[in-house]
Amino acid sequence: MKKFLINLGLLLIVLVALAGWTKLPWIGAVVMLVLLALWMALTRTGRQAGSVTAVGLGTLRQRLGSSSVIVVGIAGVVGVLVALLAMGQGFQATLQSGGRDDTAIVLRGGSVSEAQSVLTRDDVLAIGQAPGIARNAAGKPMLSAELVVAASVRKRNSDDDGNAQLRGVDDTAWALRPGLKIVQGRSFKPGLRELVVGQGAQREFANLDVGDSVKLGTQSWKVVGVFAGGGPYDSELWADRREVASAFRRGDSAESVLVRLASASALAQFKAALATDPKLKVEVDTTKAYFAKQSEGLAKVIRVVGLTVGVIMAIGALFGALNCMFAAVAARAREIATLRAIGFRGGPVVVSVMLETMLLALLGGLLGALLVWLVFDGYTASTLSGLTDVVFRFKVDPALIWTGLKWALAIGFVGGLFPAVRAARLPVTTALREL
Amino acid sequence: MKYFHLVWAALFRRKSRTFLTLVSIIAAFVLFGLLDSVRVAFTAGDSVAGAGRLVVTSKMSMQQPLPESLGARIAAVPGVSDVASANWFGGVYQDPKNQVISFAVSPNYLSLYPELSLPADQLAVWNKTRTGAIVGAALAKRFGWKIGDKIPLQSTIFPSKSSGNNTWTFDIVGIFHAKDPRQAGREQMLMFHWKYFDENNAFGSGTVHWYVVKVADPARADAVAHAIDAISVNSDHETKTQTEQAFQASFIKQLVNIGFIVTAIMGAVFFTLLLLTGNTMMQAVRERTSELAVLKTLGFTSASVLAMVLAEGVLMLVLGGAIGLGLVSLIVPAIAAATGGMVPVHAMPGSTWLAGLVLMVLIGVVVGLPPALRAMRLNIVDALSGR
Repeated sequence: MKKFLINLGLLLIVLVALAGWTKLPWIGAVVMLVLLALWMALTRTGRQAGSVTAVGLGTLRQRLGSSSVIVVGIAGVVGVLVALLAMGQGFQATLQSGGRDDTAIVLRGGSVSEAQSVLTRDDVLAIGQAPGIARNAAGKPMLSAELVVAASVRKRNSDDDGNAQLRGVDDTAWALRPGLKIVQGRSFKPGLRELVVGQGAQREFANLDVGDSVKLGTQSWKVVGVFAGGGPYDSELWADRREVASAFRRGDSAESVLVRLASASALAQFKAALATDPKLKVEVDTTKAYFAKQSEGLAKVIRVVGLTVGVIMAIGALFGALNCMFAAVAARAREIATLRAIGFRGGPVVVSVMLETMLLALLGGLLGALLVWLVFDGYTASTLSGLTDVVFRFKVDPALIWTGLKWALAIGFVGGLFPAVRAARLPVTTALREL
Repeated sequence: MKYFHLVWAALFRRKSRTFLTLVSIIAAFVLFGLLDSVRVAFTAGDSVAGAGRLVVTSKMSMQQPLPESLGARIAAVPGVSDVASANWFGGVYQDPKNQVISFAVSPNYLSLYPELSLPADQLAVWNKTRTGAIVGAALAKRFGWKIGDKIPLQSTIFPSKSSGNNTWTFDIVGIFHAKDPRQAGREQMLMFHWKYFDENNAFGSGTVHWYVVKVADPARADAVAHAIDAISVNSDHETKTQTEQAFQASFIKQLVNIGFIVTAIMGAVFFTLLLLTGNTMMQAVRERTSELAVLKTLGFTSASVLAMVLAEGVLMLVLGGAIGLGLVSLIVPAIAAATGGMVPVHAMPGSTWLAGLVLMVLIGVVVGLPPALRAMRLNIVDALSGR
């Protein structure tokens, strides 16, 4: 009965500790570390714990096999978790970097994405008249009506076709997206079937080097330049809107209108003006909000998958750690009993076993995070967003690594707690007699 | 086999250790089962059922419409036994988040998909109802739709002429089921008449997005595909014809390289598992050195000691792995049910069991071999005297 209550108590401690731990910011962890160091340096029991830990760590070399199980197991959990989360975050970051607070996107009412929207020529003209749009040096509104079509293009080093996003733009499009730069060649000339390709698209698809010709729709297009920007546009091919519309039989319609707002606060004025126009039924949002929405769904799916896989792997690693630490404690039973016989209290024993486990866990966490950072930071991958390919980069940032380390330490905490308590509670006489 | 009880006893000599190791093994195989089911669901498609069907899309892109008149010309190609057409509709129900996989289809569409069953009386009503729609059982369950309901769907692409905005109204007249429970994903669809779509669509008419072609002889599918593409070559609506599997696979491949991710994760998991169970086995045998020596003294040959330790490793893995995969086969239908079939996993495929079994035995042998060799080479005198 007593044993049951103790185990129940331990379980409660574990749950409370884990709940608190997930909420803890890194600064809290630093504070805990400083407090622990102070306790170990200044109090008598703390110094005892320190010396027991030192003995434990000293014998690690004899238990290299089982210690490496803990380290590798936890490295695996942290590695997989961080890699999957980095994928989700990279996708989101790539899409969101295309958005700005001072540009707005106008779509037909009810449309969630560009591909679903249609705006007629009259709509585009009416939108251009609305107040709140910034004007360029020539006094013209800074606006680009755009048309996006999915075009089949051969994938690089493959026999399959992928769907490239072909964007027909007005020549103001570059000014509306200051983040984009032409890194090779020149921009397309209006009225010619010329393409400027994003760096991501160039990596993903075949025959997109400057000077190449590629068949999109029914026509052949000449690649005249390459642009870079790092955002979602990197996966696109750009051309003159009228040429795209004629090649894909879209008449003079557009799908979206991008405008530069006079100021970030002009959105409300712009939106209100469009809402009062009875001929127009449109959705208006800043491009920042638009891209955030676009990436939400997939990023969430990746996150859920990452956490599920992480939890299952963590359970496996946790039981591995428990196993190893129980074995370690059993192997050191006499030594621990001797310490307790000469006056060491149970507390320092518990602390020392837990410290040892958590140090091993930390080592594993660092190892896993380091590996993922080396291999996956900046790794490019592509996926379908809507109907077209989006190229994105994995992003391993310090916040993610901290999340991984938190998981590692949590596994170390639980994996060390139960063996530690067992070690501290074993009757001294039994343990001393044990062979 | 007659030593099974000995192996079993050895395995459970230290209950807590075996239990902890088993949980780790179970976790690893649960992960394996789940990921492999997902991989199979995504990559295999409906390979058997899709045989003999071709998908004809515009060569430019899947969104580009094709003329409706092309259907008759495709039907005239030798080797084609039936042609149906379908259009994207991009329906959402009430909230943009509630996407409904919805197509406008030609009247004979269902006859090309014998794996879907719709009661004959409902089919007859559907054919007579202009605004009628048939929905999959899973979809009907998801939104609580019943036969006789009038439902509004917003199209994210096409405005409706009659309502003046994006809202289209449908009468639900039939609910179809997938004959094979593994294809429950197909019960997420809503289909309605192309005629209604074409008449009520505010822009564009007389077009379809893709044709589904049934070929008389699946072995000649490639030749038929070429013949279909030849009809429209050099026109402004060139087509691309591929088998249904290739069509689906190209989608999935672009979505994400699932095979690579699964392999990478499972590599990390099984490497850890190898280390963990290997360590346990090593410990277990080291502890029993004197017992093994006693066995040998009693006359057990070195080979049978080797076999027994190996069997212990394999037994541990098979036990844990079987429990793990067993759990997955319980979890998977639960996931499918909880998400209303949105997650395309329906049951754990037999190939996963097989691959799992091979892995269990393989890992069991690998982790059992070093301690087994050690046990085999054991010198009785040294072991008994504790040297």
